[in-house]
Amino acid sequence: MFADLSGRTALVTGASRGIGRAIAIALAEAGADVAVNYSGSEAAAADTAAAIEALGRKAVILKANVGKAAEFDEMVKSVLDAFGKLDILVNNAGITRDNLIMRMKEEEFDQVIETNLKGVFNGIKAVTRPMMKQRSGRIINISSVVGAMGNPGQANYVAAKAGVIGLTKSAARELSSRGITVNCIAPGFIETEMTDKLPEDVKGSMMGGIPLARLGKPEDIAAAVRFLASSEASYMTGQTVHVDGGMYM
Amino acid sequence: MSEVVDRVKRIVVDRLGVDEAEVTLEASFKDDLGADSLDVVELVMELEDEFDLEISDEDAEKITTVGEVVNYIQSHT
Repeated sequence: MFADLSGRTALVTGASRGIGRAIAIALAEAGADVAVNYSGSEAAAADTAAAIEALGRKAVILKANVGKAAEFDEMVKSVLDAFGKLDILVNNAGITRDNLIMRMKEEEFDQVIETNLKGVFNGIKAVTRPMMKQRSGRIINISSVVGAMGNPGQANYVAAKAGVIGLTKSAARELSSRGITVNCIAPGFIETEMTDKLPEDVKGSMMGGIPLARLGKPEDIAAAVRFLASSEASYMTGQTVHVDGGMYM
Repeated sequence: MSEVVDRVKRIVVDRLGVDEAEVTLEASFKDDLGADSLDVVELVMELEDEFDLEISDEDAEKITTVGEVVNYIQSHT
């Protein structure tokens, strides 16, 4: 099977809903046991875990705010206790606090940076030690097309997502000699609760910029994650894969 | 005492791929044994496992030679 992940273990942050949920399920379909992180929606996380178990894989549910380093460290310890090792980390958790720059409050900026950028750093740092010891590992960070293109009303989100692309490159260079690859996926406009919340004018202008002329599905992103997590992607590191219907090219 | 030195030397030889004769107490990991900063981090991780102790980041940063590692282990075990 292409991109087979049998015997691997994964941790997906923000896996209760949206893209994270689709990623967690796709990794399980490929044969991996999956730890499902969530911060708010426990019932949704349990639902993701049930879908993983229905595929015959192991699942654990872990509540943690990825923006807090101590909580991420604790979560990685729990995964190692449950699965014995950690092969794949998917830093997916993200929030939005959209506002025009002149209206954006300092805490709106800080909250998004803390979860969407520092959360990715916390994750990379937390798994570095076990992955270095294993001399192998796959870290996949979820950025966004707006991190490459910019977007009005999302200065905080765009700054964080562009930061993730740079962070991915630094981590890739630092960890390459230890068999750990670090890559990034930049989803375009994907049908999730997060994009449902975007203002209509933003939606309209984004739709006009999609050459494939339709919204993406969470499964489109999950397929790219599955590939990057597999041994077939072992010669890729530091890259940003754009899965966006051609928005950014 | 000498047992600690031998165990440290074995790990250094194994991890850095250097000749045992080069691993003197005065040898600097970076200057004499060709280690980069990530090698030193890994070495510290392995020493923590071998001697069942935890070396804080601050202490780890101060360790530059084989002799300093041996002293650290002897005063913390």
